[in-house]
Amino acid sequence: MPAEKDEAKEPRARPRLIVLIASFLVSHSTLFSVVCCIAGLIALLLLPVLAKSTYISENALMPGSANPVFSGQDVSEASRLVKDITETQKMGKMTGIEIQRLIIQRMADVGAEVYHHKFHSQSNQFHPFRFFSCDSNSAVTESNSNTSYGLNTVGIIRAPRGDGKEAIVLVTPYNSEYVKLNDALSLGLGFSIFSHLGRVSWLAKDILWLAADSRYGEYSSVSAWLKDYHNPVFFSSENVDANVTHDKDFLNMQNKNMLNGRNVDVFKRAGTMAAALVFKVGEVMERDPRDILTIYAEASNGQMPNLDLINVVHYLAVHRQGFRVNIGKLASLVNSAWLNLVGQILEWLGKLAKNLNPKWNFGISSADYAEGAATVASSMYHQALGVPTGSHGAFRDYQVDAITFSFSPRFYLNNENMQSSFILRGGRLIEGVIRSVNNLLEKFHQSFFLYMMTAPNKFVSVGVYMIGFALLALPLPVVAASLFLNHKATGFTGTEEAKIAFGSWKWLYAAKTVLMIDLWAMFASLMPYFISQIPNITSTESTFLWVALSVTILAVLYVILGSPPYSHSGNVEWQTLKAVMIASVTIGLGLMSIINFATAQIGALLIVPMCLVVRPLKKHIQGALILRALSLVCNLVMVVIGFPPAALLLMKGFSKGFEGVGIGAVWEVAEFLWAWNSATYLYVFLVHLPCWVLCIHILLHP
Amino acid sequence: MASTVAARAPATIHTSFLLLLVILLSCDLFDRIIASSGEAREEEFTEELLLKPLPDKKILAHFHFQSTVPPSDSIGHHHHLFPKAIAQLVKKFHIRELELSFTQGRWNYESWGGSDPMSNINAKPPGVEMWAVFDLPVNDIDESWKGLTHALSGIFCSSLNFLESSTAYSAPHWGLRTNSSSMRYGALPREAVCTENLTPWLKLLPCRDKAGLASLLDRPSIYKGYYHSQRLQLFSSAASGIILDQTLTVVLQPNVQRNGMPNSYDRFLQPNWSIMSMFKKKVTGQCALARASSIFIELEDGLATELEKLGAGESWNNLAFDLSVAPDRVIKEHNSVEGKSSSILYEFKVVKYSKYEPLDVGIKWKLPLLWSCPEAPFHARRFLMGSGNERGSIAISLQPTQSCDQFLSDSHKCTVRAVIFQVAPWYVKVYYHTLQIFIDGRSVPVADVVEKISVSPSEDKVSPGSLQMMLRFPCDMNSAALAMDFDKGFLHIDEYPPDANQGFDIPSAVVSFPDFYSSRSYLEDNCLKQSPLLLKLQKRTALQSYTEVLLVPLTTPDFSMPYNVITFTCTVLALYFGSLLNALRRRIGEEEQLLKSKDSKRVGLIPRLLSKLKGRTLESHQSSSGSSASSKPRPKWLFKVIFVALIAVLWHYYSNID
Repeated sequence: MPAEKDEAKEPRARPRLIVLIASFLVSHSTLFSVVCCIAGLIALLLLPVLAKSTYISENALMPGSANPVFSGQDVSEASRLVKDITETQKMGKMTGIEIQRLIIQRMADVGAEVYHHKFHSQSNQFHPFRFFSCDSNSAVTESNSNTSYGLNTVGIIRAPRGDGKEAIVLVTPYNSEYVKLNDALSLGLGFSIFSHLGRVSWLAKDILWLAADSRYGEYSSVSAWLKDYHNPVFFSSENVDANVTHDKDFLNMQNKNMLNGRNVDVFKRAGTMAAALVFKVGEVMERDPRDILTIYAEASNGQMPNLDLINVVHYLAVHRQGFRVNIGKLASLVNSAWLNLVGQILEWLGKLAKNLNPKWNFGISSADYAEGAATVASSMYHQALGVPTGSHGAFRDYQVDAITFSFSPRFYLNNENMQSSFILRGGRLIEGVIRSVNNLLEKFHQSFFLYMMTAPNKFVSVGVYMIGFALLALPLPVVAASLFLNHKATGFTGTEEAKIAFGSWKWLYAAKTVLMIDLWAMFASLMPYFISQIPNITSTESTFLWVALSVTILAVLYVILGSPPYSHSGNVEWQTLKAVMIASVTIGLGLMSIINFATAQIGALLIVPMCLVVRPLKKHIQGALILRALSLVCNLVMVVIGFPPAALLLMKGFSKGFEGVGIGAVWEVAEFLWAWNSATYLYVFLVHLPCWVLCIHILLHP
Repeated sequence: MASTVAARAPATIHTSFLLLLVILLSCDLFDRIIASSGEAREEEFTEELLLKPLPDKKILAHFHFQSTVPPSDSIGHHHHLFPKAIAQLVKKFHIRELELSFTQGRWNYESWGGSDPMSNINAKPPGVEMWAVFDLPVNDIDESWKGLTHALSGIFCSSLNFLESSTAYSAPHWGLRTNSSSMRYGALPREAVCTENLTPWLKLLPCRDKAGLASLLDRPSIYKGYYHSQRLQLFSSAASGIILDQTLTVVLQPNVQRNGMPNSYDRFLQPNWSIMSMFKKKVTGQCALARASSIFIELEDGLATELEKLGAGESWNNLAFDLSVAPDRVIKEHNSVEGKSSSILYEFKVVKYSKYEPLDVGIKWKLPLLWSCPEAPFHARRFLMGSGNERGSIAISLQPTQSCDQFLSDSHKCTVRAVIFQVAPWYVKVYYHTLQIFIDGRSVPVADVVEKISVSPSEDKVSPGSLQMMLRFPCDMNSAALAMDFDKGFLHIDEYPPDANQGFDIPSAVVSFPDFYSSRSYLEDNCLKQSPLLLKLQKRTALQSYTEVLLVPLTTPDFSMPYNVITFTCTVLALYFGSLLNALRRRIGEEEQLLKSKDSKRVGLIPRLLSKLKGRTLESHQSSSGSSASSKPRPKWLFKVIFVALIAVLWHYYSNID
């Protein structure tokens, strides 16, 4: 509404409250954004304080309500298998499938249905994108003659009175080429539980035990099996057979694929999977009073299993079997000075509050705080990376809740007694977890799926951790609106129509620039696939080639589409561009927060300050010299940190020392993210990188 | 007849009474004579039990009770043995045939057999399966089916009434063993089976479980087994009356007393068992009302072959095993195929035993024996493909077993027929046009394999989709697979069953092989005709097997959500109506006049606050440092607030120090 008319009207109509508030915020956007950003940071730092203790939400689980009956007899079964495996190993003459034959024989003796599962090893290469999909047609085309095979061994125990609709999966990964003692122990543990479950009468769900041949990686064997379980390809069987004949070992197998008169190559299934447990015996952790159980839960793209599953394992491990439960944390953070300082401040504040009112009990000790912060940082990092932390990630792709836990004994397990007591406790733990899951009538749905752990028994749910992100992202639309309105308000002369026309065209120019940069980012993000096709190229060379190609394409795009003419009213120009850029970043962050929240959160930490402070170097702020210098420094620092490769290299340098960091690391990380179908790759290249380029664009604005 | 005699002598009451008595007695005698001479004109009851060792060291126990009643016009409305509830049911709903089975656990087709009559007839899918053929015009059948499900649900204390809904049952014409256009079929895979279903079933027996073979049904023992299937089968016709077969099939694991470490010899030895060890009871005589009561122990042909190899012969007391009681008769199967031994039946007549001399038959094994059961020619497996809550596919795979060759004399150039009958609930929207068939890993055009197909697509919330399909495969194929895609539908919130997050069941598909038959043939003997169980075994029936029940996870709402939705909607509605009323009530012209006259002295609280804030911040904005300048009304406000807060804090502090 034109201003003259407004004034002429006396008294003027009261505007609506919401409009008032909005206009108020927009007019104070600088202050608002500073306050919001600081509040967002504080909210993030407060996460360990705001964490709640975990509790078991699903009543049907009833962990620990039954006494474990896993006994010494089962332990002796395990020891027998471990002994047999080591003896087979010593005999030499490994044809590659001796261990598998041994395991399958034992499983058949228990009375289980057994089969071998052959799979191709999939090398982690760039392949056409398959984000958020597990389509079945992709595997058909693989017919490389040099692919090698792995051989999983699977046993199924049918629940005696069950209806066979659901199954619980146990996975023990082991390296079949050379079975180390801890691999043999995890196989022994797995087998003893399996044979124990073959005798119990309380099973309601079938039990699947997958002895995963992890000579080509733990993940690939499990994911190959899951793929065949859920998306079998009916017409590839002859293809496999044709290849098998090349392989000598598997030719042997073909002759002897009958066991007790049954064909052991037929794939068998056992209903919908209710949960999966991946367990292995890890390295020895000496100098610890208790055996350690490490839980890994993060699956691809920041998906987590239901919190109840972790809770059950934690509860049984700590309160029944006396393990110490560990969850990954960034060790370098625990001792960092600034974190401890923050911790002390919070501790002091907590004490003060407690003095004021004993009911205000939110203080935690600074050591706890540092520990919690390190854990939540690691949780956030692994979620943000979008790469599963173990073979449980393969299950999550099929909506099956799964976790990996690895046992780390405190002594070397050469001693028989140590070994058997360790297996006894591990077996009882797994028996208890299976019993709990077996009790479930419905699938896991009661507890949280969106959470971060701050300790094995503490978590931050989505309602709490999204406050920080919301506060960080809130200034973006406000600032965009204020910039847009600013440019509308200032620098217009001429008639009404011309103004409107001019204004809308300006906006379109800015949008065009943003779209052009987005287009470029898309090209740049797809380029690694083509570069990877070039044979014999080192990662450093690839990186340089990638950068060079990207810059060339950017230059070409500039030439073709033409950079928007820097018009007479330059001030308006960059402000509009910034407004449109911020709008597009807001959309990008919003979308990413739905796909992978942790990525969006970490991305927001980097991108929001950069977007907010950026302004052309040649346009000075009116004000004191300090303010100008501060703005300049901020701009430069933000632009350096905001560049994804620079941020990556800096992070690598700080965590591992700057000596070993080369430019090639950028390529390797990109390849890694691509190979794991991480949405973080898309975020970095479609949201973050264009934003950075636009910031540079604004920075260099004449 | 008696009444006519009584009417003939009304003169003296005394003599008429006597006469009546005499005549009644003689009538009874006469009837008995007729019955014994073979004319089954009376209600009859027989009880039989068949025990059979299985290759995986388990024992199959199959109870078979048969009650028959001649047509009602010849016997009247009163029943002596036959359960009246069933007779009334048959009469009211015009049932021609009915089969109802309650099953817990799965039949293991690989190790318990699939092609012998025992497993072929008695293997049933988990949960409840029911079908019925009615003797009614087509239009009245649905009504009758609904009534029947309700009546049976009441009789058997089960949720059979859920089969009443038209979304739960289908009308197959030729997919099942019994073909009829007036047939209805329904299954409830999730129905739990327990003693509350068994008790009413036992009530249908004339002796309940108080005497006879039914007294063996010790609840803890029979429910501890690996498979438990309780069945009721009904045939009714005007000529033969009603035949009611009640069977209970259980697979039990006999207790093994392991002494010491199991060595390889022990491991292969079959467990020893007896009736006492399995059922915790002995047989103390037959049900007094039963015409025949016998126990059979069957050694199937695989086992018999092994015995023959050992040279053990068919005596009950040989190298390989001992029977604890001498059988009354040994019945050998009459096998036409050469080079194969035939199964052996040992029969024990319960009538010879009593409370003081109970029957406790059992087997004691001396030598380890390994044999395999007669498998069905094909293993049918069904599974779900895909993941996620949007879509998926159902796949059925057929794998020929080793016994397939036995069935097929000439495996080249021959074909095998298989009939698949599958019902899918409406919320699993199967796209039947996506049917793909793979034979030996090659995709085959549907028209080449499918001989006959009839599909009735599902209709949302009205009827389930059913598929009947006859396929013809080459005999020498190694594997066959069928796949059909489906979409997962959405249910209305009140259509979700309890525990909806478990997922939804697709009932078992029935795969039958019309080219293969199972039957035992025994040498013709008059006594064999007396035993309904053996007659059943001798009947030629097409092979049929059930596939797995599938569990489809559907999208499930958060059931606490309605509460949230209600609160949200109420808030929105309140806001909407509030502002609407506000807008309607207001007269803007009057308000403006009012504003003019009042000189904006009385301003609302929020605008006042806002104007204050606005004034303040505008000022602070103007003065770049921001904090130094202060307008007059602000400090007052701030001081007030800070003062009150300070007092509160101090008060708290001091009150807590004590």
